[in-house]
Amino acid sequence: MAIVERPTEALTLPPVVTTERKPLGVFSRPKATTGWRSWVTTVDHKRIGIMYGAAAMFFFIVGGIEALAIRVQLARPEQELFSADLYNQLFTMHGVTMIFLVIMPLGAAFMNYLVPLQIGARDVAMPRLNALSFWAFLFGGIFLNTSWFLGGGADGGWFGYAPNSGVVFSPGHGMDFYAIGLQITGVGTLVGGINLVTTVLNMRAPGMTLMKMPVFTWMSFVTQVIIVFAMPVISVALFLLTFDRLFDANFFNVAAGADPLLWQHLFWIFGHPEVYILILPAFGIVSEIIPVFARKPIFGYPFMVFSGIAIGFMGWGVWAHHMFASGLGPISVAAFSVSTMFIAVPTGVKILNWMATMWGGKLTFTTPMLFSAGLVAMFTIGGLSGVTHAVSPADTQQTDTYYIVAHFHYVIFGGALMAFLGGFYFWWPKVFGYFLDDRLGKVNFWLSIVGLNLTFGPMHILGLQGMSRRVHSYRADYGYDFWNLWITIGSFIIALSVLLLLFNIWRSYRRRHLQPAPGPDPWDGRSLEWSVPSPVPVHNFDDTPVITEFDDWWHRKYAEDESGRLRKVHEPEEIAQVGDGSRAHLPSPSYWPLVLALGLPFVGYGLIFNLAIAAIGGLLLVAGLVGWALEPADDPDLPPHGHDDDHPAADGGDAAAAAEVPAATPDEEEVPAS
Amino acid sequence: MTDAALHAPAASTEATHGHPTATGLSNEKLAMWVFLGSDCLLFGGLISTYLLMRHRSVEGPGPTDVFDIPFTSVSSFVLLMSSLTMALAVAAIARGDVHRNRVWLGTTAFLGAVFIGGQVYEFTGFYREGLGYTTNAFSSAFYTLTGFHGFHVSVGIVMLTTLLVMSLRGNLGPDRAETVEIVGLYWHFVDIVWIIIFTIVYLIP
Repeated sequence: MAIVERPTEALTLPPVVTTERKPLGVFSRPKATTGWRSWVTTVDHKRIGIMYGAAAMFFFIVGGIEALAIRVQLARPEQELFSADLYNQLFTMHGVTMIFLVIMPLGAAFMNYLVPLQIGARDVAMPRLNALSFWAFLFGGIFLNTSWFLGGGADGGWFGYAPNSGVVFSPGHGMDFYAIGLQITGVGTLVGGINLVTTVLNMRAPGMTLMKMPVFTWMSFVTQVIIVFAMPVISVALFLLTFDRLFDANFFNVAAGADPLLWQHLFWIFGHPEVYILILPAFGIVSEIIPVFARKPIFGYPFMVFSGIAIGFMGWGVWAHHMFASGLGPISVAAFSVSTMFIAVPTGVKILNWMATMWGGKLTFTTPMLFSAGLVAMFTIGGLSGVTHAVSPADTQQTDTYYIVAHFHYVIFGGALMAFLGGFYFWWPKVFGYFLDDRLGKVNFWLSIVGLNLTFGPMHILGLQGMSRRVHSYRADYGYDFWNLWITIGSFIIALSVLLLLFNIWRSYRRRHLQPAPGPDPWDGRSLEWSVPSPVPVHNFDDTPVITEFDDWWHRKYAEDESGRLRKVHEPEEIAQVGDGSRAHLPSPSYWPLVLALGLPFVGYGLIFNLAIAAIGGLLLVAGLVGWALEPADDPDLPPHGHDDDHPAADGGDAAAAAEVPAATPDEEEVPAS
Repeated sequence: MTDAALHAPAASTEATHGHPTATGLSNEKLAMWVFLGSDCLLFGGLISTYLLMRHRSVEGPGPTDVFDIPFTSVSSFVLLMSSLTMALAVAAIARGDVHRNRVWLGTTAFLGAVFIGGQVYEFTGFYREGLGYTTNAFSSAFYTLTGFHGFHVSVGIVMLTTLLVMSLRGNLGPDRAETVEIVGLYWHFVDIVWIIIFTIVYLIP
């Protein structure tokens, strides 16, 4: 190459100190701070968290309706409300929706909102990527659900076993929507995982060492690490399935020599860590709620952390227990049997530590605490039935029966969802600035737990009697009628509890001005999110907090007096931050994550129906990427402190008091070393 | 990583707009490392799939029937040399030598393009010998694995070209040396993956 021969020109260049940036774009920089435009362009982790939660609740209702349809069909023997084919679509879409579009995004909602607050950060590491994560999830979810109107939903079960999910056995477009839709939501999940791993490692406030992080942040971190390594595996599986279905590849074509176990291995290498992706954020939430309402620090913090990490590691070595009935051979089965029993140990440690935290504490059974205690009890039931699957001879009997359905609903509904509902009641005042009604909340809890046990408890019995999963009807003389009718009634009690939650949200919102404002710290909390006003101002922290110990916020409020008795030395209102964003510098909103994510479903439709549509999607992708790359993350035109104008005024009269206590250092002298 | 190293406030970097990070790595660089860790599993899955399927074809040409190892060795050599030029580009911008940075970025992109061109030529030959994408189990797995790698190289070429254009527009000064370094991380990763693929797919019978 000729230009190699001209090195002297470099010497003539003026010494460059800062490079001039030349932003280029069709959109002017979005500036709205209120209205719909501010939401679609937002890069604020709190708004993205709220949108994750809202979208997940929408899909929760969709998936719930599918569940009720299943239960209505099974209420009586030999019913034909839905054809076997439609029933296949219903249970597949119910599973896919609840796992990928409800529980995972609910976890993402809490993680997005809380992790930066709990580590004392102003936002996540890469705010625009965070917006991309959300939009990719949302558009992927919508894409998946539009299959109902475009020839029918996916019908191969949530794990879509190939070759059963190939074109030969599933000729409609449902499984195409499944493969491409999950790929799109997977983009969002993976990007979010990379972002939050970076956030936790990089964005911690001074003094916030890893072993001073709240347990929720730790569990989020472990979850995101699992996501980073698990998502590419499901991506490979989904790519192979897509190529098989759309381009006639031979990955699952047994006639061409393919191994039908390939999909099962790839899917479950992702699929078992996925179980921990669903449950670990919930464990984190409960580990935040129980200490607050037991008024004790979490029992055995290092054990909580390391058992979470152990689950994150061991979760990779148990996947074949989903395949005991597939003929793996005795050595594999024995090895995975043992590893599966072993992973119950760190989970058991967590259960023990929650109980030990409650033991001897001053328990207040508010709604969040009830849900947390509910998780401890219900997850234990689900965990114990899980251990029975580890015993491979028993598992061979249980596989593909309702016993399995009972097990995973106890861990996902009784575990993950209980914690998320509790988390709603716990953090609602922090996020929206008003309480959810506690009396209605308690009714909500009892309806949930009663409905849960009525619905999923008898499934153990049906499963052991031999009732198969994924079969759309059963004969009257099989003896399944009683429990099936019972389960259907239970499922409507769950539906009632969900309606009650929505009613509670609506009613509490309407009555928000009739109640006292929650203030920064309504529950006498322990972690940093309670040290900022409610709702959280857009800039989070006025000044980056300096951390001196675990449960730092608690230690700023409480100290031991001379006789060693704990007493409150500061009211939270005195030392909470006031919400003055004048020293904050925030990333600017952007259209490009939305544009980029919007291209993805078009590519999907194009691959399924007509490549011309894919071209539109491709153009959107290219436009999004180019616009993104050319747009600086911060708008140089805006004054550096110009982003704080839409946060509400500071609560009550605490502004003057709080201004005097900027950081932990003054308090430190009052706290004897403990 | 010790605990102390993880929370010690680090020197500010331009990529984080002056905010120090807890690890000392900028967010962008750490995110690239995390992404590359994730990408290992993508290729892990594809390579495992290939290993499972390469000898399971029931008809059509197999690996030994089509591979031209001397040709692929040369194109592999070209790709590996692009790692050297990438390292030179990073070194140049770190020294503040904008011009040489441009030269080496261009060379790296060119070498990558030569590799991709070689792959296109090679696959065209395979196709003429009767090995289409849908021919047998081996062909699907082979084209998918090498295709994903080729896609990664192509994305890398786009990134290098973007850097080159930025540089020509005067937007890539020494203050953005880390951007070049991050693209370099990706490029080296893609090369290392090719070493593994070349060994497993072509060299091991």
